[in-house]
Amino acid sequence: MTPLIFDIRRYSINDGPGIRITIFMKGCPLRCTWCHNPESQLPEVQKLYTASKCIGAQDCIEVCPENALALTPKGIVTDTEACNLCGKCAGACPTKAIEMSGKLYGVEDLMRIIERERVHIEHSNGGVTFSGGEPLMHPGFLVEMLKACSEKGLHRAVDTCGYASTETLLEVAKHTDLFLYDLKMMNPVQHKKWTGVDNRLILKNLKVLAETGAKINIRIPFIKNVNTGIEEITGMAEFVSKLKFKCRSLETAAPGKPIVNFLPYHNIASGKYKKLEMLYNSDEMDEPTAEDLKTAAEIFGKFGIEVEIGG
Amino acid sequence: MTATITKTTKIPERPARAEGNFYSPEKKNALPGMNDRVRRLRKHSVETPESLSIERALITTRFYRENLGKYSEPVMRALNFLEICKQKTIYIGDDELIVGERGPRPKSVPTFPELTCHSVDDFHVLNSRDQQRYTIPQEDIDTYERDVIPFWKGRTMRERIFSHVPTEWKAAYEAGVFTEFMEQRAPGHTTLDGKIYRKGMLDFKKEIEDHIARLDFLNDPEATEKLEELKAMAISCDAVIVFAERHADLAEKLANTETNQQRVKELKHIAEVCCRVPAHAPQNLWEANQMYWFVHLGTITELNGWDAMNPGHFDQHLQPFYEKEIAEGTLTREDAKELISCFWVKVNNHPAPPKVGITARESGTFNDFTNINIGGLRPDGTDGVSEISYLMLEVIEELHILQPGNSVHISKNTPDKFLNAACHVIRQGHGYPSVFNPDIYVQELLRQGKSQLDAYEGGCSGCIEVGAFGKEAYVLTGYLNVPKILEITLNNGTDPLTGKKAGIETGDPRDFQNFEELYDAFHKQLNFVVDQKIRVSNYIDKMFARYAPAPFLSVVIEDCIQKGKDYYNGGPRYNTNYIQCTGLGTVTDSLSVLKKHVFEDKIFSMDTLLGAVARNFAGEEKLRQRIINYTPFFGNDDEIADTIAVRVYNDLLAAIDGKPNTKGGSFHLNMLSTTCHVYFGKVLGATPNGRFAGKSISDGTSPSHGYDTHGPTNVIRSLGKLDQVKSGGTLLNLRFVPGLLKREKDIEKLGQLIRSYFSLGGHHIQFNVVDTATLLAAQACPEDYRDLLVRMAGYSDYFNDMNADLQNEVIERTENEAF
Repeated sequence: MTPLIFDIRRYSINDGPGIRITIFMKGCPLRCTWCHNPESQLPEVQKLYTASKCIGAQDCIEVCPENALALTPKGIVTDTEACNLCGKCAGACPTKAIEMSGKLYGVEDLMRIIERERVHIEHSNGGVTFSGGEPLMHPGFLVEMLKACSEKGLHRAVDTCGYASTETLLEVAKHTDLFLYDLKMMNPVQHKKWTGVDNRLILKNLKVLAETGAKINIRIPFIKNVNTGIEEITGMAEFVSKLKFKCRSLETAAPGKPIVNFLPYHNIASGKYKKLEMLYNSDEMDEPTAEDLKTAAEIFGKFGIEVEIGG
Repeated sequence: MTATITKTTKIPERPARAEGNFYSPEKKNALPGMNDRVRRLRKHSVETPESLSIERALITTRFYRENLGKYSEPVMRALNFLEICKQKTIYIGDDELIVGERGPRPKSVPTFPELTCHSVDDFHVLNSRDQQRYTIPQEDIDTYERDVIPFWKGRTMRERIFSHVPTEWKAAYEAGVFTEFMEQRAPGHTTLDGKIYRKGMLDFKKEIEDHIARLDFLNDPEATEKLEELKAMAISCDAVIVFAERHADLAEKLANTETNQQRVKELKHIAEVCCRVPAHAPQNLWEANQMYWFVHLGTITELNGWDAMNPGHFDQHLQPFYEKEIAEGTLTREDAKELISCFWVKVNNHPAPPKVGITARESGTFNDFTNINIGGLRPDGTDGVSEISYLMLEVIEELHILQPGNSVHISKNTPDKFLNAACHVIRQGHGYPSVFNPDIYVQELLRQGKSQLDAYEGGCSGCIEVGAFGKEAYVLTGYLNVPKILEITLNNGTDPLTGKKAGIETGDPRDFQNFEELYDAFHKQLNFVVDQKIRVSNYIDKMFARYAPAPFLSVVIEDCIQKGKDYYNGGPRYNTNYIQCTGLGTVTDSLSVLKKHVFEDKIFSMDTLLGAVARNFAGEEKLRQRIINYTPFFGNDDEIADTIAVRVYNDLLAAIDGKPNTKGGSFHLNMLSTTCHVYFGKVLGATPNGRFAGKSISDGTSPSHGYDTHGPTNVIRSLGKLDQVKSGGTLLNLRFVPGLLKREKDIEKLGQLIRSYFSLGGHHIQFNVVDTATLLAAQACPEDYRDLLVRMAGYSDYFNDMNADLQNEVIERTENEAF
């Protein structure tokens, strides 16, 4: 099935080497509490509503074939039962207060868009990054895209949470130059609590992938009160140090050692949750301090692993 | 403005808060930061308020009163220059190594009443306005009113020009369709090549005398005129020598009373240097700096040419002196850096001369636009980067002062190491250096007819204008308000703001059947306006050639001596007039709205749109939002919008490029607005692209503010579609928040983005690296941000020195957030 794309970012400089274009696919098996892209979780089209942009034009109400919309003091409210996500309201909205997240693109459409970035990609040894959501949820389309990029000589990165069947991962790995692999925590109970899934598959996949010789950049979302305790950090550092890397993860890393990135959590996504009328439960999570990051990096250092702060 | 911006209350840390925040690509070579002398000089320069000096005006008025009619114009100008050099107050400050001021002391600016005479009101405005204030004591205003103003009444260049312009020109000028540079200052934008490091004024004088001896009074009907011009040049050489010698005398005198033995040594050395240059060619780095500085001061004292004066490829000029002395062991890298820092402070001591009349209120900057070219190509086409280039980057980074402007020149031959070092300085967010592409501008120069050698020695001065250094008069004549031309077209020749006629009647747009009819009308209007502009520009050129020659400047620009002709009269090897076109983004986006919504999709009628525009979109927010959110705009790599931009650009070219000027050269176009897009916005009603009346138009070739929503790579692709080789310079502003440039690899990527734009044929790119919170904090709490420099157009300015409009504009420019 062809996935929906919810964003295409140019001058993407935090998702792999060089200047990149990043394609975001909709749909994810995880439900991380801290998720920055809540619109990425469901594979189907979703409606986003930004109340601050709404000027009360009511064109959306007029155009809706299902009479699903109403203007209230809180802005436009959608009767989700009646709404069939046809998107006419979004097209009618003069301010784009209503937007539909998720659009179908064919491989050729995407390649045309990617091709426009070639000059920047070539000058920076950049490439294309597939992100999400979880791109491994759409292995058929993903592999097709990866092959198409390969034909055009473009460097390919896949940003994954690792929660997919091992076969799928290994098939994708055949066509991937670099994995940006998320590692969240070692404690399976905690992992389930925060992300909705068990982490055993993720850890196993990472082990197997490392042994295939794939290039892997391990990325750890660094969220205070979630995975920044000394025990948790030590556990991850130890796990990473025991991976049998066949390949240098990036040119700058020592042979056999991966580069690990900490991605410090920022409480910036709450606006997005509002747009989706989703609840954002950020009470327990906190932004890490420089000191937290330093301490954790030192722990990784003890296991001989370099850590970079940021993407 | 988004909610996250307004909510920010935390005042962020600024980079480079501490003085002397040091960056060195080769740390082992240098000590960190400015040394004590440079620190003190910088502090003095930065903290001294700008003031006006009437000394030059008094000398000039007295001289003209006594000598009017006695000499030919060139000789009169030269003798006046000599008189100033003989009489003006000489200043040598504590700690200074490089000496000489145009005024009686640092930051003190003379006036030029022979060109434009300030009124008493002007002085009061300048003395009291909030930004860019020039102080002047009441006593001096009284003297000016008594001794200067009455003499020049009716005699200034400005009055003579304005009394002779056609009514159509005046109507367009008053409507704000274009500006005219030469109503305020003399033609300038001059840049030197390397000749003053090989020849002294006595050598030039000898050449002049040789040419006088060879004049053929029997067969050359212009021989007498040439004689007068050459005599004037010779007098001017004497004038700067006298000026230098008076510095030598003062240095000697100060040495006699100085108690600090180290300073006594320095003063004696200054005296020696000033006896040597500019009379003779310099022998070492100190003399080379001082040589240029005296020539610089000479040209900006003789007249007040636009954009002061430029040393051109200064790193290349200084390199042989530096390398020789380093090899001989007579100079250390630190000594060299100190001298160059002293030179930098000297340039900063020289704010632009203030304007007169309405523009006295409008003026946006103290910057006088000296632009030092660093890196780039050598005359033989090879890489021009040397140790001095890196040293200059360090000086820029450490001093972070307003002037001189500076730019790095990145050709395919330029090493990545240098680009990376420059990107590190860009990251600091002082707004410089700007980045130029010699591979393209050499082609621009070749296309304009320069020889290969002269093209390779060319570069950019002022903001972004390209010229053959040391061999060309490239005169900027004024800005063209392209969106205003569309506004007048949409009102059938009338300026809707005043109801007065400002152009030609091209038909009621409500009758146009399709986009082509509309575009034709716009095109006709455009050609009419450009013709008006060129017609008067040629007239002004003749006026300057006849009544305000610049004999000293002519000495240092190639071929003036050989031809016996003045810089303003076709003396230089090349003679170019530029018209600077502004608002490409605004006009493209407006045309795109008309094309898509009125003519193609017929979402609303011409009448509806024009009505909404006339009401400044009052009660039409829905329409305005639809326009903003559903139109293809320039700067997003969108074929529909970019095709319109290319068409407008090509039609501007066709209207301007190659039209003959009075000096054997021709007109060319560049795409530059400096701060004029703010003024042009003020005299422009609402535009079809949803822009409200009075708001600035887009600057240079940049997209309309906030309309480039797809990131910098798409902006660059859009800009790459313009055939920039046919221009004399384009300007692209990109604003980056520091978050995009945190890590070493981010800086590398910035360099790669630059290379990628240049491979698409880009002429120039510059970056404002600041975050919105910093800017808002600076607006709220100005005294804490006195050193906050931002890049405006082709130059940097202190954020606090800008008026609120300019400040808001900087804040509104699209932020390229990190993803």
